Amino acid sequence: MLALRPRLASKLSAWLALSPATTILVVVYVGCTAWTVWISMTASRMLPSSTFVGLRQYDALFANERWQISVSNLVVFGVLFMIASLVLGFLLAVAIDQRVRAENVLRSVFLYPFSMSFIVTGLVWQWLLNPTYGIQAVGRGFGFETFRFDWIVRQETVIYCLVIAGVWHAAGLVMAIMLAGLRGIDEDIWKAARVDGLPPWRVYVSIVIPMMGASFATAAVLLATSVVRLYDLSVAMTNGGPGIASEVPAKFVMDHLFERQNIGLATAAATSMLITVAAVVAPWIYIQSRRRRAA
Amino acid sequence: MVAAVEPAGPRPRPVTPARVGLYAFLVITALFFLTPLYVMLVTSFKTMPEIRQGNLLGLPAEPSLQAWGHAWSAACTGLACNGISVGFFNSVKILVPSVIVSIAVGSLTGYALSFWRVRGASALFGALMIVAFVPYQIFIYPLVRIFATIGINNSIPGIVAIHTIFGLPTMTLLFRNYFASLPIELFKAARVDGAGFFRIYSSVMMPMATPMLIVAVILQVTGIWNDFILGLVFAGRENLPMTVQLNNIVNSTQGERLYNVDMAATLLTALVPLVVYFASGRWFVRGIAAGAVKG
Repeated sequence: MLALRPRLASKLSAWLALSPATTILVVVYVGCTAWTVWISMTASRMLPSSTFVGLRQYDALFANERWQISVSNLVVFGVLFMIASLVLGFLLAVAIDQRVRAENVLRSVFLYPFSMSFIVTGLVWQWLLNPTYGIQAVGRGFGFETFRFDWIVRQETVIYCLVIAGVWHAAGLVMAIMLAGLRGIDEDIWKAARVDGLPPWRVYVSIVIPMMGASFATAAVLLATSVVRLYDLSVAMTNGGPGIASEVPAKFVMDHLFERQNIGLATAAATSMLITVAAVVAPWIYIQSRRRRAA
Repeated sequence: MVAAVEPAGPRPRPVTPARVGLYAFLVITALFFLTPLYVMLVTSFKTMPEIRQGNLLGLPAEPSLQAWGHAWSAACTGLACNGISVGFFNSVKILVPSVIVSIAVGSLTGYALSFWRVRGASALFGALMIVAFVPYQIFIYPLVRIFATIGINNSIPGIVAIHTIFGLPTMTLLFRNYFASLPIELFKAARVDGAGFFRIYSSVMMPMATPMLIVAVILQVTGIWNDFILGLVFAGRENLPMTVQLNNIVNSTQGERLYNVDMAATLLTALVPLVVYFASGRWFVRGIAAGAVKG
């Protein structure tokens, strides 16, 4: 009996220690998600309502021009941002891995933007891309009178400005992940390849890249989650403009919650975002858990 | 691309075209990464007449700290013209308790999940890893309603709770993985000596976890300082963090825009994460790597 008591106390303590996490999981992560999904199926507008309307909010959402633009912007941004960040990050990691001088300085230079916020990133690039004083003015100052780089004020091109700023912010992160992956590759592979007379680029394409699947997957998932969360950058750089040309889904939700006071539409948009994330992350989690079970 | 196959150790390296191309690539990308920081710096030291002359990249003709002083104590957000210092101190007020509470809860959860065989522990951990990917927009409306009901909406306790909630998955992962790597004999020995749940946590495990503590502090300080959306929604008008105030100063100015003040304010906001980044060096990368393996 006496021996049992401290064990029981410890068990209770463990439960107690896990209670904040359990509460957060149940109330916030599960409860609030269910609440949001439920509201998205009601007739709520400015005030919450409990009238069930099925998927009517979703009909309205996908007929909404601003939502359509937000979604297509997210696709364009997501594809370009991820490809550019992965390619540039990987190339930087390979370049740094060639035993270059000043490796530490270079790594710091490539990674420092990632330590700063998207607000700072957006504001700097807004200034650099300003047609009157920014890069366009520099080009013209060099004597190219017709040099044109006014993407940020044109509706068709503004989304590429967000891509440039996003890649500047995130490529260093990819580089850090890839460099860790490259350094983890067995040196013997390089020796074997040299004995076989393979040129280094062949070794990278045929052997190293396939071996770095895990690094690519990690980087891709991290980038993909930041794509769906994309909000601050659009707010700081263009505030969705010109017009509504650089709106994104997260901003659609926030604006409809707080400025336009349309809770039903906002929660339908948020739920659509959740479904998108689930479609991206679920296969990855499935593969990871299978790999872990196999190991 | 030639050098990667070389074995370790110094050896004379011929200057090959490939080597030149490698350095050219690294230098050009480094310039792309450094230009925004350089432009921010020189712009912030210029006067407005000089900025209007163009020459984005030129050094300031008469370097002046006037814009910095104005940004710190006199820049306007809406009607109030008290500078970004208000936001700085708000961010500090949010940052300190949020970092402490989120790390305390996360480390305790990670500890309980790694050494104590609690029923449902692995389910709780798995669920926390999955919900880390859910976009914030899903939770915002229900959380605002819950916080308003319990009276912590628009307050420092409210925003601290929010950072604890959304920091929980990463913090738990960080500490659980670290504790899982410690030898189990350590834990058993403490048990034999009669230490209970909280005693082992505070006297044995946390002192051992100093490296993870440093990583966690770096992650949380930069993450919370850079946060925009959560501070905007949950901190309340009196406590808006620096990022929100910076965006207001730059993007909702009436009348002529003072680009030098904007850039000084932007640099001031970026200063804390930049100092953390450059002071912590490899720890920052370690934090990214540790946070990157979630899922």
